[in-house]
Amino acid sequence: MTADPELLLDASDVAKSFGAVVALRSASLAVRPGEVHALMGANGAGKSTLVKILTGSVRPDRGRIAIRGHERTVHSPGEARRNGLVSVYQEPALIPDLDIRANLRLTHTPIDGFRHWINELGLARLDLSRHARELPLASLRVIDLARALSIEPDVLMLDEITAALPANLTERVLEVIGRQKGGDRCIVFISHRLIEIAAVCDRATVLREGATVGVVDVTRGSEEQIVELMLGQPVQGIAAAVRDAASAAPTDAPSRLEARGLGHGTKLVDASFRLGAGEVLGVVALEGQGQDELFDILAGAVRPSGGELLVDGRPVSFGHPADAIRAGLVYIAADRAEALLMQRSVRENIALPYTARLPGWGLIDRASERERIDRAVTRLQIDARAGNEVRRLSGGNQQKVTIARWVAGGVRTLLCFDPTRGIDIRTKNQIYQLLRELAAAGASVLLYTSELKEVQLACDRAIVIFGGRVIAELDAVDADEPALLRAAYNLRAGAQIPEAIAAKAVEATLARGDAPGPPPAAVAADAPADPVGEEGAAR
Amino acid sequence: MTPAAAVPRASTLRQVDRLFRDRPVVPLVALLALLVLLYEVARPGVVGPTWASGIVAFAIPLAILAGCQTLTMLTGGIDLSVGAVASMAGFVTATFVAQPGGWELGVVIALAAALAAGLLNGVGVGVFRVHPLIMTLGVGLVVLGLANAWQIATVTSSTGVPEQIRTLGSDRFLDIFPYSLVFFAPLALIILVGLRRTGYGRLLYAVGDNPIAARLSGARAWQVLVVLYMISALMAALAGILLMGLTNVASVTLADSLVLPSVAAAVIGGTSIMGGRGGYGGTLVGALILQVISALLTALGQPEAVRQILFGAIVVLVAAAYTRVTAES
Repeated sequence: MTADPELLLDASDVAKSFGAVVALRSASLAVRPGEVHALMGANGAGKSTLVKILTGSVRPDRGRIAIRGHERTVHSPGEARRNGLVSVYQEPALIPDLDIRANLRLTHTPIDGFRHWINELGLARLDLSRHARELPLASLRVIDLARALSIEPDVLMLDEITAALPANLTERVLEVIGRQKGGDRCIVFISHRLIEIAAVCDRATVLREGATVGVVDVTRGSEEQIVELMLGQPVQGIAAAVRDAASAAPTDAPSRLEARGLGHGTKLVDASFRLGAGEVLGVVALEGQGQDELFDILAGAVRPSGGELLVDGRPVSFGHPADAIRAGLVYIAADRAEALLMQRSVRENIALPYTARLPGWGLIDRASERERIDRAVTRLQIDARAGNEVRRLSGGNQQKVTIARWVAGGVRTLLCFDPTRGIDIRTKNQIYQLLRELAAAGASVLLYTSELKEVQLACDRAIVIFGGRVIAELDAVDADEPALLRAAYNLRAGAQIPEAIAAKAVEATLARGDAPGPPPAAVAADAPADPVGEEGAAR
Repeated sequence: MTPAAAVPRASTLRQVDRLFRDRPVVPLVALLALLVLLYEVARPGVVGPTWASGIVAFAIPLAILAGCQTLTMLTGGIDLSVGAVASMAGFVTATFVAQPGGWELGVVIALAAALAAGLLNGVGVGVFRVHPLIMTLGVGLVVLGLANAWQIATVTSSTGVPEQIRTLGSDRFLDIFPYSLVFFAPLALIILVGLRRTGYGRLLYAVGDNPIAARLSGARAWQVLVVLYMISALMAALAGILLMGLTNVASVTLADSLVLPSVAAAVIGGTSIMGGRGGYGGTLVGALILQVISALLTALGQPEAVRQILFGAIVVLVAAAYTRVTAES
């Protein structure tokens, strides 16, 4: 078989099954030197599997991989790296208990090159002696990227690199990726965000159900084509349906959940807000502004160091997640590895809350359990073919399982922390639609999302947290992306977003951590723009 | 091209792999049958109902102790105090033979003492987060010390294995059916059903698979663990009393030599020492396999030292092979 020497990487007819589940049927990917190539597909289409095969961490059942025209069998990530193939995976590949320098040494990464790239990527202040465990997810992703860049690979594969990044870091990352164009190497870029694809990619390969269904030149207007290829059917009306439900939400419902001045350490200073029955309240914040602590407190995972929490008007104090659950507050984590029993079945994962407390320790009524779980599986359209072990499901299906766990038994207050991170458009719409339906049935939803565009889609109102304080509250009609971004950076309405302030705000959150750094107010005060006082913005 | 040629072989292998993963008991039973066949080759004519009932009778105390390991290993723990607790329970029972209240009182006191040891284990592991290895090893030592003290205190009174317990432990109905099976079968059934069909059983898996997820779902791990280690100690005590009846010996170190085999039986049976995976069915077969291997080595007439070396090597080999075929490709 002859291979085109013009191509840097040419994979064709790649297939892989995990047990009964076919992850890839016939995938192909051909990239030229100097291009940024998007790899697109809905959840479970096989993108991650293809990347893992190309970098040697999964063996294909079938297929041909050629690098610079020479056919290669890639047996291990080390071999892939010697062949010039390097990948940044969805999960940070750093050892949490080692400091960054040791992590770099472990992978034989040139430190000077790493320094150069980490500066380029906007984390110049990174302290290499910090342990990976202490750093926020966003910095770990950027460190992973800088490490991969400093190895100077021929083919760099980035799997959802921007998924957990705040807006300003995303911009830097895209800029650096864009600058790689036209050289000798190429970048394979996986993202669910079409805007990013349009901004940096030259061509896109689209996967659907384990097979390559098309290669598209990315130009203005090609997004529609990509989406249609991805879904296999034109998408219309889903977003509109969600929006219709949103507009029907009640406005003066009784208060379900009320936070008064909640605080935790130096991260969360003063979180005050009200969540009404039947309402979806969005929470918007840059990375590390205290939203993690807020959700941990509400879920009963940690105790607040100050403030008051009221459920249905009565003050409550949670010593354990079980207390929060009894008060009707259930938590859906963004990190699926945190929420799921990966080796157990879909059924056991969904039924877990029922068996968790002492009264549930006895014999299980299997008939009623099956009925309840089947209902949840149908309602969330979970593809449970590989349901014996949840780890074999795709990311989107796993996320649905974490939601089904709480929806199966009727829910009063749902705390969702970035539930759509790294999930395809269709699943995302299903999740938002479900949230709207739950709200319409009287449930309250607190929804933190890193995807600002989606706040208007799913929420009735949104609050903005900055530096551990709730600094603004917006109605859905006003909560468009620019308004939310401005609020998230604590800027006055109408002001521009200077890069410098943005970077400073994020850097401040990175610098904080072991030592209590400058208070967030001081960060805002350095900024040339006049920050909004908290009294002025909080209503 | 090579991949095409490799397909048929790969798919057969994969079928075997899948069989191992989904039904781990099947290959284990095959291994057991192979070992029995080896025994028949080594000592023709011995294998029969009487031989089998002897194997079963001796495997029962081991299977109960391996049950302790299975349950604790599912949560990512281990119970190394089972040897001391089992020996203590047998010994305490024996010292009450000639006392007012008789051996029945002895059994009650032995079980209560075992529950106390289990409570200590459970509180240490569940509440104070001591590593189960350290905690149960320490408690095992404490129990051994207390049993020794009890031995000194009761040195004047006569000890003996009660008649009824000897019957339960070693006699067989019609020379075939061990009475201990009447006692053991319901216990095994409770464990098997309990792990699959009760909320508590599911929680053992949940706590072992992902403690954070279990906590976020409202499970309080300390409750689960305290109850677990108490169940484990209770089972160990029952195994010790049976073992005393089986061997007609009461000693404070009677069950010590069964601790390692009890862990090995659970591992061979497919229970992951990391927690979250496994079950009691495999453990039962694992206990039988170990018992047959041990009988086989005895039948081959090898000296004790060789038997120990072979036994250790075989346990490691089987465990390694098992881990290899059941691991994700």
